[in-house]
Amino acid sequence: MDTMPWLTLVIAAPLVGLPVLALWRSISDDAARWVGLGSTLVAFVVSIGMLVTFETGQAGLQMVSKHPWVESIGLSWFVGVDGFSIWLVMVTTFMFPIAVVASWKVDHQVRRFMAVSLFLETVILGAFLALDLLLFFLFFEALLFPMYYVIGVWGSKRRVYAATKFLLYTMFGSAFLLVGILYLSVQAADQLGRPTFDLTLLEQVRLSTEQGRWLFLAFFIGFAVKVPVWPLHTWLPDAHTEAPTKGSIVLAAILLKTGPYGMLRFNLDLFPDASRYFADAIMVLAVVGIIYGAVVAMMQSDIKRLIAYSSVSHMGLIVLGIFAFSAEAIDGAVLQMVNHGLSTGMLFLVFGMLYERTHTREIAELGGIVHATPWLAGAYVIAMLSSIGLPGLNNFVGEFLVLLGTFSVDRVLASIAIVGVILSAIYMLWSYQRAFQGPVSARWSSLPDISWREGALVAPIVVAMLWIGLQPAPVLERLRPTAEQVSQRLIDDAPATDIAADGPAEEAP
Amino acid sequence: MRTPIAYFLVLSAILFAIGSVAVLVRPNALRIFMGVELQLNAVNLTLVAFSRMHLELDGQILAFFSMVVAAAEVVVGLAIIVAVFRRTATTDVDRASVLRG
Amino acid sequence: MIDVIWLAVALPLVASGANMLAGKRFGGRGAGHRSGWVATAAMTASFVVALGALLQLLSLPAEERTQVVTVAEWIRAGAVSVSFDLRVDPLSITMALVVTGVGSLIHLYAIGYMEHDARPWRFFGYTNLFCAFMLALVLADDFLLLYLGWEGVGLCSYLLIGFWSDRPEAASAAKKAFITTRIGDVALMLGLFVMFMHFGSFEFDTVLGHEGALPEIATGTATAISLLLLGGAVGKSAQLPLHVWLPDAMAGPTPVSALIHAATMVTAGVYLVVRSHALFEVSEVALTVVAIVGISGALYGGLASIGQYDMKRALAYSTMSQLGFMFLAAGLGFYPIAIALLVAHAFYKALLFLASGNVMHGLDDEIDVRRLGGLRLDMPWTAALFAAGALSLSGLPPFSGFFTKDAILEVASHDGVVWAYVLGSLAALVSAWYIARLFFQAFMGERRYQGHAHEAPALMRIPLVVLAAGGLFAGIVLAFTPEGRLATFLEPTLGHIEEGHAGPSTATLIAISVAVTLAGIGIAWRLYRPANEARWTSFPEREPGMSAVLGRAFYVDALYGFVVGTIGLRAGEALSRFDRTVVDGAVNGIGRLTTWASGLAPVWQSGRARRYALSFLAGGAALLLFMVVRI
Repeated sequence: MDTMPWLTLVIAAPLVGLPVLALWRSISDDAARWVGLGSTLVAFVVSIGMLVTFETGQAGLQMVSKHPWVESIGLSWFVGVDGFSIWLVMVTTFMFPIAVVASWKVDHQVRRFMAVSLFLETVILGAFLALDLLLFFLFFEALLFPMYYVIGVWGSKRRVYAATKFLLYTMFGSAFLLVGILYLSVQAADQLGRPTFDLTLLEQVRLSTEQGRWLFLAFFIGFAVKVPVWPLHTWLPDAHTEAPTKGSIVLAAILLKTGPYGMLRFNLDLFPDASRYFADAIMVLAVVGIIYGAVVAMMQSDIKRLIAYSSVSHMGLIVLGIFAFSAEAIDGAVLQMVNHGLSTGMLFLVFGMLYERTHTREIAELGGIVHATPWLAGAYVIAMLSSIGLPGLNNFVGEFLVLLGTFSVDRVLASIAIVGVILSAIYMLWSYQRAFQGPVSARWSSLPDISWREGALVAPIVVAMLWIGLQPAPVLERLRPTAEQVSQRLIDDAPATDIAADGPAEEAP
Repeated sequence: MRTPIAYFLVLSAILFAIGSVAVLVRPNALRIFMGVELQLNAVNLTLVAFSRMHLELDGQILAFFSMVVAAAEVVVGLAIIVAVFRRTATTDVDRASVLRG
Repeated sequence: MIDVIWLAVALPLVASGANMLAGKRFGGRGAGHRSGWVATAAMTASFVVALGALLQLLSLPAEERTQVVTVAEWIRAGAVSVSFDLRVDPLSITMALVVTGVGSLIHLYAIGYMEHDARPWRFFGYTNLFCAFMLALVLADDFLLLYLGWEGVGLCSYLLIGFWSDRPEAASAAKKAFITTRIGDVALMLGLFVMFMHFGSFEFDTVLGHEGALPEIATGTATAISLLLLGGAVGKSAQLPLHVWLPDAMAGPTPVSALIHAATMVTAGVYLVVRSHALFEVSEVALTVVAIVGISGALYGGLASIGQYDMKRALAYSTMSQLGFMFLAAGLGFYPIAIALLVAHAFYKALLFLASGNVMHGLDDEIDVRRLGGLRLDMPWTAALFAAGALSLSGLPPFSGFFTKDAILEVASHDGVVWAYVLGSLAALVSAWYIARLFFQAFMGERRYQGHAHEAPALMRIPLVVLAAGGLFAGIVLAFTPEGRLATFLEPTLGHIEEGHAGPSTATLIAISVAVTLAGIGIAWRLYRPANEARWTSFPEREPGMSAVLGRAFYVDALYGFVVGTIGLRAGEALSRFDRTVVDGAVNGIGRLTTWASGLAPVWQSGRARRYALSFLAGGAALLLFMVVRI
């Protein structure tokens, strides 16, 4: 038996460089960058160790470690990993070094920037691994502040507005979440005799139908803002647009995933009955988000806003998959969380490179860039193709599974959601045409093409995209047992009347 | 024959009232400070008086605490007043309202 | 060779990767640039592999001629399980040979055609990638892998149409092609979903049944799946109502038009229908719809072709018309004839495109027939080759069109499907008309262009000669009668098709069909012969009457443009405004409300210490009073 406390190590790993950054105040900018990169790489290596230790084929939690922390209120350091969280951890540790290098050219308060980044990585990893609800909430809230600073200090023009909006909006959602957690804990104290926030214990708390529904809603709102589920999405375009490249990458690739992850981990697990009750309504919201996000994305004149709205659309698909409950859909939804991290992360990454050269986000000001920077444009095309779900690249697998899984549950919603596939092609290709193609313009004719440093950033993502697109088995086989377990609990263990009422219609013989 | 408690309380009330008025009507920080001292001592008097009535030491102990806190407060307070005076050349508290929300 | 059939896909794929990543360093100048030769060599090698597989297949008894090669697992999640399985059977190997054979010739031609391009390696990288995806499409053993190829060829089509992306019309056409076909692809994907709901699998054997045994499926479900698959086919094969992208796609380099938009990709829809014929056959409705789509495409494309002055656009509509014939054949249940026409069409339409590519090459990209004319004088080879293509297409015996296209009409008549015969004959008349028109206008008469048109170099003629041979004689070799060689070969996959005996005899039908073709040519000669030149060269840009309607292809494109460009854009803008003002407005409104409410608070926050003291005192007093009253 492996006794390494892998998960605690993973969470702590990004912090290795923090003392250096905190104490050595006169550190040179370059050294600070290297310390930042080094620490994120350490985290990546440690997470590989975790991945290797992970036992494929098991549905339940693994590598669990639990230590009482504040016993009087029942808080404990309780971490564990399963088929869902392991991939979110991997995508986090994978994207962070890339995000750090993408911000190599930040030259304003570099030491603080790196320190904040490392702290951010730790709390995000903590949020993905915590199994104690209060611990989760601490991480979930703590990640707002580094992000607030990343946007507010290193962002572009309207950064303070965007950062404040981001902070207040998500805190608004978290307030509901906190109330829900506390209420649940009080119930647990009544029924189990002592206060606890332990997820595995809280699962056993008996709730009346009413209580379950209210708690579900409280949790759901908390996570829905983070996703963001339509119509709680408007903080996202502002935050994405104003954030520096690194902020956008982290926000899109990783931070948004805490929302659907929370739904999957807590909503479905703690309130299965309420989940079934609200599933239809949430799926409708998700489909509205898919179409709405895509249509609004089409109309954006600012590329970063466009990508942000495309995220609204894609995240809608993930929520749709989660609440379709079928094993394929949940498989697809989790895979899609990883995929969206890669593809949208790469879109922001490549656009960030372009922005460093052109200093504009306006589509109308760009145009004809492809001739000056064919490799950069090529990288953008790959990210774009992944984003629109071209088979052979990563997004297709997830998208297909979600839609297929949804189709088996609700044909109408799946058929509407699939229109998003067309719309995504429209807004992506249209913006590509306007920003990259067209006559060679004198203004951009001498842009330098991609550098080796930038190429080294793009290459691993492309490899990961192709790998997931063509050989998703290593991801799916670790994910599948957990997804099947969750799906089974929600579909098969439902009261008999539910199946008759909501189950898929019988096929004609 | 002991002095009835009411005497002490009345005196304490008078002192407290004088202190309060001083705090409320004088703009000068030093005078306000004196008013506060007066209020504190009025309370101390009450504490000691009740302590004597109940023949317990709790009240006196509390009075000591209160004196120590008052002393500390004087130090901090005077330091602030000096700092403000250096900056604005006035001890008028109404002029030092830049920290309002 | 069957075991290594994956090489047929892998070779172009590897060559494509090499060209795209390192093609610049391959060296060589102009037509000597090695990237083109690498690409052509990969295609030829792929052709050899396919040919080897064919020979091996022929050595097997007919009932063993379906081989499946598993390469790797792809997706396994929930109940879904899909592998990279390649299927070698008569149908797939026929398609693979067309793709690799015609593909090799077009690659060879493209070396010459692209000699002046700044980045030929990129072009060849894309075309090789296209061929790899196309081969994956035709060799796939399940619908999901087919879908991978399906989308992949769409991508390459996008990249290649927009190859000269500095031309706005090329970039627009590329986008239009991708999005329009994607509408069809979504239908296809929905079809896959329904299929999966019913069969729990995407594999051909499970879905389509073995050995001609029909799959067990309710008619309604089969109709749903078939029509959704047809939706995908209509998008990819540019049939009504998703045809609008094909004419615009001619903005790409001409070899691309020949390879993708004539010989291979656009035929994928026909292949899909033929491949899934077992499903279509369950549903009478689905087959009828296929036939209707086919005949309307054949007529519409043919008529629209007449109105085009741009040679390539005319050929594009002609492709649509020919694909319509293929769909018609499939809809009537004559799958081998559809495939025979597909093969023959791949040859002669590629030939026609490449011949017009020679014209563009020789005349600085001039392609408007009103400004051509008399090209036979300067470009005798090209003129002869174009004539060969035109003859093949028009349906004069003994050339391919006659044995394939007119065979469809013959079997339709024998089966007693009179409407198909009559309308099909009309479409055949139109076909002869438009192709003869193109030849008369561009190659006959006197030169209407300035300067000298130079004949294409040998590199660009040799592949055409091979294509011409194929185009002229593929029909007679493969399908001398409707039950000819190709049909026999395809029997293990497509089953044996019995021809009916209704209607006039074969000899009568042949006579009618030759007469119809000659009539079409005659009409063309009457209208467009050099003597009448003035009538059609002097048309202003917007011609009146019927020719305007034909020229604008019955205004379908304009209608779509209005719906998408005006209504769609307005709706999008409205929604975007809604998002900004209502949804985000509500958020910011709440923020502003909070700010305003907190603006009321400073009354208490005067910063005046004595006021604080007073309120403190008052509060304390109030508290005391409260306690006194309570007690």
